Amino acid sequence: MNEWLDDDIKPGNNLSKETIDGDIATLNLGPTHPATHGIFQNILKVDGERILSSEQTVGYIHRAFEKIAEHRPYNQITPLTDRLNYCSSPINNMGWHMTVEKLIQAEIPKKVDYMRVIIMELARIADHLICNSVIGVDTGALTGFTYVFQQREKIYELFEEVCGARLTTNVGRIGGFERDFSPTFHKKLKDFLKEFPKVFNEFDNLLSRNRIFMDRTINAGPISAERALEYSFSGPNLRAAGVDYDVRVMNPYSSYQDFDFIVPVGTQGDTYDRFQVRQEEIRQSLSIIKQALDAMPEGKYFADVPEFYLPPKEDVYNKMEALIYHFKIVMGETPVPVGEVYHSVEGGNGEVGFYLISDGGRAPFRLQFRRPCFIYYQAYPEMITGQSISDAVLTLSSMNVIAGELDA
Amino acid sequence: MSNSTITNEFALARLSAKFGDKIISSETPFDLLTIEVPSADAHEIIQWLKEDEVLKVSYLTNLGGVHYPTDKDREFAVVYHIHSLVNNFRIRVKAFIPLGNPAIATITDIFVGANWMERETFDFYGIIFTGHPNLKRILNEEDMDYHPMRKEYQLEDDTRQDKDNRFFGR
Repeated sequence: MNEWLDDDIKPGNNLSKETIDGDIATLNLGPTHPATHGIFQNILKVDGERILSSEQTVGYIHRAFEKIAEHRPYNQITPLTDRLNYCSSPINNMGWHMTVEKLIQAEIPKKVDYMRVIIMELARIADHLICNSVIGVDTGALTGFTYVFQQREKIYELFEEVCGARLTTNVGRIGGFERDFSPTFHKKLKDFLKEFPKVFNEFDNLLSRNRIFMDRTINAGPISAERALEYSFSGPNLRAAGVDYDVRVMNPYSSYQDFDFIVPVGTQGDTYDRFQVRQEEIRQSLSIIKQALDAMPEGKYFADVPEFYLPPKEDVYNKMEALIYHFKIVMGETPVPVGEVYHSVEGGNGEVGFYLISDGGRAPFRLQFRRPCFIYYQAYPEMITGQSISDAVLTLSSMNVIAGELDA
Repeated sequence: MSNSTITNEFALARLSAKFGDKIISSETPFDLLTIEVPSADAHEIIQWLKEDEVLKVSYLTNLGGVHYPTDKDREFAVVYHIHSLVNNFRIRVKAFIPLGNPAIATITDIFVGANWMERETFDFYGIIFTGHPNLKRILNEEDMDYHPMRKEYQLEDDTRQDKDNRFFGR
C-alpha cells in the first residue's frame, strides 16, 4: 500500500498545500457523524478521496471519572466503570471488583470465578458482535447486523436476568454476586447456546468469505505488529497484527487457567484481520461458556468478606452484625487496607487496567483506568493516511473505538 | 502474576548492577516490582529497560500521575507500568517531582504510545513533559486555566449548602 505516495509524504505528516500538486480540501469527519458511531472529530486533509493527514479531537464526553472515583466509596465506583466501554460493561465491573478483592486479599470461591467467566464471555460476545456487524454496515451490508442484533438482545436479557440491568449493568459486587444464577437464566442461556451458533454461522457466511467484503476490508487501515506494540495496542487489534498477547492467558484471573481456548491472531493487522480475529474470539468465548457451565463447581456465590459484601435483607432486619455491616457499606464507612495495586482484565477492546492507590480512606486516593481505546486511538491518523475516506470509516469501526472508554 | 519467567529479585539485581544508587528504593506490593528513580534518570532507565537483552521490558502498559499534596518537594509522582511480553514480567517505575518545577523528560521517543498518556497527565496534573512533540490538553477544554485532578480542587462547589458530604460517603 501507499505506493502512490512520494517519499516526503509519510503517514502522520501534516502536509501543507505547497507540498503536493492539486487542491487539498479540509474535511471534518465528525464530531457527530453517523459513520463514526460516537462523538469523535477528525479534521482530515484530503486530496480527492485520499487522506493526507488527520488531526483528532477527543474529550467530547469526558466525565472526569478518575476525579469522581476519588470521592466515592469502593462499591459506588462500579457504576462508573459501566460507562467506560458500555458495550461490555460486565467486564469492567468485574475487573474493578477483582481489583478491590486483590487489595483486600479476599479469597474468592471457585463458583464465583466460573459465574464471572460466563458473564464476561457473554459480554465479550456482545461487544464483538456489535463491532463486527457494524463493520458490515459500514461496508454497506446491513443484513448481518439485523441478524446478530437479535442475539445481542438475548445476551442483554441474560444480563437482565442476573442483575436487572441491560446496558450499564453494575453486575455483581465486591466479593461475588448478589444472587445465584436463577433457573430462568440457565434455561435462557441454554437456549442461547443452542440458537446462537446457527445465527452466527449465517452471519459468518454473509461476510467472512464474501468477495466484495474481502476486497473492501483487506488492506484497509493496516498496522504492523511492531508499530502496534509501539503504540501499546492490546486486545483484538493487537492480535490482528500478529501478537498473541491476551491477558486471560498471560496473567490469568478469575480461573481462566482452567479453560481450554485458543488465542486467534492475524497477520496483516488490517480491517479484515480484525474482523476475523473477533469472529474467532466469539467462537472461543462460546466454548469457554460451555466449559464453565459444565464444570460449574458447587459452593457459595459470594466470598466471605462481610465488610464489603452486602448481607441479605432478611439478615439485616434480624441480625445485629448484618445490620452493622449493611450500614457501614451503604455509608461508605468500611475500613480499607493501605496499598497500591494494579489489576488488569481482557476487556472487549484489550487490556482494561485499574491502578488503585488506597491510603486507607473511604474512597481511593487515586484510581486510574487503563483504557485500551484511549491508547490505541492515537494510532488512527497513521493508519488512515494514504487510505480513502470510506476506508477511514471502516478502520474506525473495526478498531472498535468506544467513546465512553476513550474519554472516561 | 506468577507465571513470569524472571523473578523480581533477578530484575532488581540486574537494575541495581547497572544503575546502582539511582534506584532510590524498591518494593513489591502484590508481587509487582516497584522502583523509585530520580526524575532526571527516569528516561534513561526506561530506555535501558526497553533495550536490555535479558529483561526486554518493551511494552508500555500505562502512564499516569499522582498528586501527594502533603509531601514537600515530592508533590507529584509520574508512574509508569511497563510490561515485558516476552518474559511476562511487569514493573512499575515511579519518579517524584516537585510542585515548584513539575517537569520530567518525555518518553515519547521511546514509546510512541506515551504521547496521549503524557498529554492526559499534563491535562490532569499540569506535569510538563519536556521534549513532548505536542503537549496540550486532551480531554478538557484548551482554555481551562487549572489542572483538575490536583487534590486542592473539590469535586463539587464548596459553597453548596444543601448537602452534607459526610452523609454521602464523600
